[in-house]
Amino acid sequence: MIATVVLASLSEGARLLRDNFWDYTVTGATIGAIYSLVALGYTLVYGVLRLINFAHSEIFMIGTFGALYATQWLGFDPGDPKKTGIALIGVLLFCLVIAMAVSGASAVVLERIAYRPLRRRGSTRLAALISAIGASFAISEAFALWRGRNFEQFPRLFDKTHTVFTLFGYDVRADQVLIILSALFMMVALDQFVRRTRLGRGVRAVAQNSETAQLMGVNIDRVIVLTFLLGGLMAGGAALLDMVFLEQTRYNIGFILGVKAFTAAVLGGIGNLRGALLGGFVLGLVENYGSALFGTQWKDVISFTLLVAVLMFRPTGLLGESLGKARA
Amino acid sequence: MLLELDDVHVHYGKIEAVKGVSVTVDEGEVVTLIGANGAGKTTTLKAVSGVRNVTGGRILFEGADITKVAPHRRVEMGICQAPEGRGIFPGMTVLENLEMGCYTRKDRKTGIKARDLERVYGLFPRLAERRTQSGGTLSGGEQQMLAIGRALMARPKVLLLDEPSMGLAPKLIAQIFQIITEISRQGTTILLVEQNAQQALRRADRAYILESGRVVKSAAAGDLLNDDTVRQAYLGGLGH
Repeated sequence: MIATVVLASLSEGARLLRDNFWDYTVTGATIGAIYSLVALGYTLVYGVLRLINFAHSEIFMIGTFGALYATQWLGFDPGDPKKTGIALIGVLLFCLVIAMAVSGASAVVLERIAYRPLRRRGSTRLAALISAIGASFAISEAFALWRGRNFEQFPRLFDKTHTVFTLFGYDVRADQVLIILSALFMMVALDQFVRRTRLGRGVRAVAQNSETAQLMGVNIDRVIVLTFLLGGLMAGGAALLDMVFLEQTRYNIGFILGVKAFTAAVLGGIGNLRGALLGGFVLGLVENYGSALFGTQWKDVISFTLLVAVLMFRPTGLLGESLGKARA
Repeated sequence: MLLELDDVHVHYGKIEAVKGVSVTVDEGEVVTLIGANGAGKTTTLKAVSGVRNVTGGRILFEGADITKVAPHRRVEMGICQAPEGRGIFPGMTVLENLEMGCYTRKDRKTGIKARDLERVYGLFPRLAERRTQSGGTLSGGEQQMLAIGRALMARPKVLLLDEPSMGLAPKLIAQIFQIITEISRQGTTILLVEQNAQQALRRADRAYILESGRVVKSAAAGDLLNDDTVRQAYLGGLGH
């Protein structure tokens, strides 16, 4: 009896997915791009410190408020007319810079306050993990006290319903194109930075063998700060893109998204930059296809089941753990 | 005196691994620390590089007290180490590993770097052949060559070598020690930690014998090579 109901709803879900496949794909890729950007922060810090920075979700949340403030500072109201052309690009870039700056700075301050004192004392990794969780609660509750617990609306900056191009009959919207392309651009920039520059090489060296890195003259404290900064910048970028897409924020907006991004990082192989990129997109797609098959209410269940499955059957993730071993 | 350890103590938690070691290394010398496993040789070397905190005593380099100086600053000053176990960056190519050696050098962009690379490739032709291969795929001997070559890229005033012979076949050991002598001949001061006392004493000018964190004997390497008690304890009995 129950089985037939489940089967019936599944076959209906399958039809829904088949008929709107490209719709689900593009939306899944869009949200996946945001997961990827946030996942990079988890993976970078893990690679260098072998620490899951659970307060990273709050760095993202702070970025969303940074973006919101930027629009208010420019005098936007939710009801304002939409921008186009050069003005739009200017507004977006301004919001991006503010969100990235705010998130990047918060990540650096977080490292100073929550992790560095522990590191100096030679504390265990468990202590750092608890400190991370404590910092996460402290930051989000501080925002709850300051901004209240209700959603705040992010103004619509441009006409999102505008179709940029048509993919197999599905109209791809402007915001989706913007999010996917800018996320990809940021990820390529980060990848190149870590691969090509001297400081980036220092990051890779510390991730692969921190003691030898020190013996070669890498300033480990500087690398750690840089790692938090890079992760924060990516989270800030993700924050603006998320605001453009979903248009609201509040104190705990980072929580579910943070756990999803963490899932993406583990899925791709934590510590591995390209793994975070892959994991984010795969998670976004799986989650979105799954919500078509099983119903939207199952979305989070699907993601976290995937996390459990990865940890059980392939704990090193798709591309394998380790920042350094990731090679082109 | 180029490098001087003055009554250096190092603790791991409550356990004292190095209990007041004094060692001097003069410019141009090859000095070796020999001793059994757990004698405190590696810890002493790590203290010189600054990756282990000294809990007592001082370390002087070119007359300046560097006991509290950060590890990366010591590399800039001219102390570079090829660590125990080689410490190769497995995800970097041979060339990238070598380039890590000149991470702190201000002149790394100029042609001087190319000349240093040439020198390392001259000492270790195998590394030149494998320059685009990733460090993790090298054999043990090649990794050791890479570790030494990488440290040379820093142009150190004193080169610290921690057990370069570890885990290598006899033929490779002989080759590595030949190269160590060649490096010394080219003018680099060397502080060498070894369990292979035979080879180390043959190549070194002076030697210190460490036992459970203390220096129990120090003398010219040649004298120790002919010392009966030393031969019995560290050179596998008399004669051969």
